[in-house]
Amino acid sequence: MGRALKWVSFIFFSLILIWGLVNIHPFGEPLQTDMDEYFINNAQKEAAANNVVTSIVFDYRGFDTLGEATVLFTAVIGVTAVFRGVMKK
Amino acid sequence: MRMSKIVRTITALLFWAVLVFGFYIVIHGHLTPGGGFQGGAVIASSTALFLIAFSKDEFLRKYKDVFLSVAESGGLLLFISIAFLGIGATFFYNFMANSGGIFGSPTPIGINDGDLNTAGTLPPMNIAVGLEVFGGLSLILLFMFLGAYLKPFSKESEVHEE
Repeated sequence: MGRALKWVSFIFFSLILIWGLVNIHPFGEPLQTDMDEYFINNAQKEAAANNVVTSIVFDYRGFDTLGEATVLFTAVIGVTAVFRGVMKK
Repeated sequence: MRMSKIVRTITALLFWAVLVFGFYIVIHGHLTPGGGFQGGAVIASSTALFLIAFSKDEFLRKYKDVFLSVAESGGLLLFISIAFLGIGATFFYNFMANSGGIFGSPTPIGINDGDLNTAGTLPPMNIAVGLEVFGGLSLILLFMFLGAYLKPFSKESEVHEE
């Protein structure tokens, strides 16, 4: 009984996932391209950098990078707090 | 607790190459693939090489852990202060781009050779984030390496003598 229930639920969720995969959006054809076109056309002029990815990461979406740097800082604080006794010898 | 002489010799040869490659990735972050995070991780991998091949005593003679802490905190502070410098327009405003000063040359539109003196605040921010990632990952590596010699389940956290 339990095994049959497991198989039924497994097939049910697999069918749901396959159904979602059939109706997936085609790769490389975004629905809205306004922001992409803006970055491609204006990033070299506004941020004056050849690397558009860096100009997005550090200029257009600088808050995201600030959050990443803060996450790394917090991770280092956590590791240092766990291993706080090792430097005493 | 050092590795064999072969490993130490190859590490002494490779250490500077890895370090220079990491600095190259950080400084050319606005021209080539890479940037502060990736270059900082490469520099921190030179720390891992040094720490594993030589002993921790040799490492602590070269790098003080205070230096790594200051690099990490100072990098984050430098990043936030550069972001605050553009507060006249907005937070994170690229006030140095196309201004004519340092890092202020305009870049040609389209495919071009790439000039290091462009991109405004992006190179200083790359250097700041590279410094922070280098200090942070090196501190994690150092503390976890030292923690590997802790005696498990001891009352005091004392270090094994190897």
